[in-house]
Amino acid sequence: MTSSLMFNITTFSYLISMLLFFAFLASRNKAIGMGGSLAAYAGFIAQTIAIGLRWNESYVQGHGHAPLSNLYESVVFFSWTIILIFGILDMKYKYRIIGAFVVPFALLGMAWAQLSLQSNIEPLVPALQSNWLLYHVITCFLGYACFAVACGISIMYLIKINSESSDSNSSAGGIVATFPSARILDDMNYRAIMIGFPLLTLGIITGAAWANYAWGTYWSWDPKETWSLIVWFVYAAFLHARITRGWVGKRAAWLSIIGFAATIFCYLGVNLFLSGLHSYGGSR
Amino acid sequence: MSTKNSGLLQSLWDFFCSLKLAISLIITLAVTSIFGTIIKQGGTMEELQREYSAGAIKLFGAMDLFDMYHSWWFILLLYLFTVNLTACSIKRLPRVWKLASVPTPLLESGVEKSLSNLYAFTAKGTAPQIKERMVAFLTANFGAPVITEQDGEIHLFVQKTPYSRLGVYVVHLSIIIVFIGAILGSLFGYKAYVNIPEGGEVDKVVTRTEKSIDLGFKVRCDKFTVTLYDTGAPKEFRSLLTVTDNGQEVIKQRATIVNDPLTYKGITFYQSSYGPAGDSTFHLTVRSRNGALSMPLTLRQGEAAKLSDGSTVQVVESTDEVGPMMPGFSGPAARIEFTPPGKAPQLFIVFKNSPNFDEKRGGDMIFTYDSSDAKFFTGLQVAKDPGVGVVWLGCALMVMGICIAFFMSHKRIWIRITGSRVVLGGSASKNPAGFGILFDGLAEKLKQVEKP
Repeated sequence: MTSSLMFNITTFSYLISMLLFFAFLASRNKAIGMGGSLAAYAGFIAQTIAIGLRWNESYVQGHGHAPLSNLYESVVFFSWTIILIFGILDMKYKYRIIGAFVVPFALLGMAWAQLSLQSNIEPLVPALQSNWLLYHVITCFLGYACFAVACGISIMYLIKINSESSDSNSSAGGIVATFPSARILDDMNYRAIMIGFPLLTLGIITGAAWANYAWGTYWSWDPKETWSLIVWFVYAAFLHARITRGWVGKRAAWLSIIGFAATIFCYLGVNLFLSGLHSYGGSR
Repeated sequence: MSTKNSGLLQSLWDFFCSLKLAISLIITLAVTSIFGTIIKQGGTMEELQREYSAGAIKLFGAMDLFDMYHSWWFILLLYLFTVNLTACSIKRLPRVWKLASVPTPLLESGVEKSLSNLYAFTAKGTAPQIKERMVAFLTANFGAPVITEQDGEIHLFVQKTPYSRLGVYVVHLSIIIVFIGAILGSLFGYKAYVNIPEGGEVDKVVTRTEKSIDLGFKVRCDKFTVTLYDTGAPKEFRSLLTVTDNGQEVIKQRATIVNDPLTYKGITFYQSSYGPAGDSTFHLTVRSRNGALSMPLTLRQGEAAKLSDGSTVQVVESTDEVGPMMPGFSGPAARIEFTPPGKAPQLFIVFKNSPNFDEKRGGDMIFTYDSSDAKFFTGLQVAKDPGVGVVWLGCALMVMGICIAFFMSHKRIWIRITGSRVVLGGSASKNPAGFGILFDGLAEKLKQVEKP
């Protein structure tokens, strides 16, 4: 059993999960929704095993490091954290239809990683040989995953609100009939960000601590650092606007989507378009 | 005059206390920060001229956009943000402090009206009996209550984590502490750089602003080594550093690698770069094609040696890894200038890993590159930052504050007994939905135990 076989099973499971969730949207058949969740969990287990295998394979090759060191590994880990956060929400709140808007992010990540990213296990360059790598990457990506889930929920919220205002008297309700109420979606958006924000804060702090340990500067306004601060600002503004100004509903949903766009730029855009200390994240 | 002054002060205070200013500043900081990630920061004039037109250089230069994070206007924005944060907190703190520190043990009608979680019922028995049951119920299910009897009514009150209301102010304070740490670092610390050749010793370093700083002790680089993976990627950069203070070797041959710096007397040395130290020694062999002559040569770079036939040899250039410059070759290489007597100088390259290569050149004399005692210099980043501990304190407080602000809530439960009439009320400073579930659970339990 190799990690690449297990990663293939993962991608396939997420694809099945997404299709089942879409079928659930259309059919409102609870068993199909259950199937969507189960496929996502099966994929998650396969992916967990795959990450463990890849970790072990790196030891067999003599490099021995956690599989979090290049773009391929980080995208795979990102999609793992997205399903993890989805799973927690699904278990806790039982609104599994959220999967229809969250699992596609994870599938996109896996498909991109497998189809067009270099999947070689590379030895760590000196700058990355530190335990801080683990703390920094795990906290950052858990935070990113919360924001991805919040973004998916916000999209659901906007769809729900739009359909409610356009055909308020149609009782069928179309696909949004399976959605939780707008109030619950709004609340879950807030909850996801509420968990993501401290994680992002920890991610920035562990990054700063590491930079100080490796270079003697905890903050050097490197593009990655600056963009992570911008993301932090966006969500800080979201939380302030919500708690003290009562920004809920549509405006909160849009702010959450903007925040996730900034997150994705911080994660990928900075590597693809700008230069800086995180260039090892590049695909070459 | 004084009223006018105080009016001005008041409006200035109001300006700094406003949340609008806070949100505007956050957005301005976020948007302006983007410029610095797009425009090259801290480049030399030549680098800038390669990338930007003269007009753009003039315009961006006038706005300090090439070093914007240290520009007066960006620093001003950060100061404004700090003042705003402080003012906002000072303004709101007294009210929140009162809510957290002064318990409200009475469920008066005003309080009752403000509550969205209420449950009322009629209980059996006398008021003292009901009180006893209610106290037992609360103690078992939420916490031991404070009992107040007033105007013939009995009030029971339990609260949890009242000081969690202060979480957000802990976060604000932590941001200010981080800034204080940063300011301490910039006032009393420095960032510098030093190159030490193998065997060399320094007692001074040069800061980024070209200022020379006395370390007060000496640092020697005993050896520098680079190790590579099979793939050719670097595996480790290692300097063996020795610190001498007052003639005493206080740290001996400490291996300093990336991600494992050396600290002495508050000054930290970080492995950062390396390069050839220039005075490397090369061991070459020169032989004539007809085999009549073969002699070893030991040369330092740039030093000319005379052969017995009157020709001169010199190593003009060398590298440890020629691969990136000449695909198809690898390992150390040297550029040789060979000048036969009365002829024009010939320039060619010899490779340590391809000893027969020079035969193909077709010259009368054939050179091989046998070995070198290549010397390196190690490039060390040097930092002294007395503010860094304060920054970490601020960061720790920030994480703590955020967790308090988001995950803890000031929960209050009241029971009021008026004769046989019992009212259960509750409130929480955060997460009303979650508290609603907790409250409904309590009410449900109460209904069970008080079943008629």
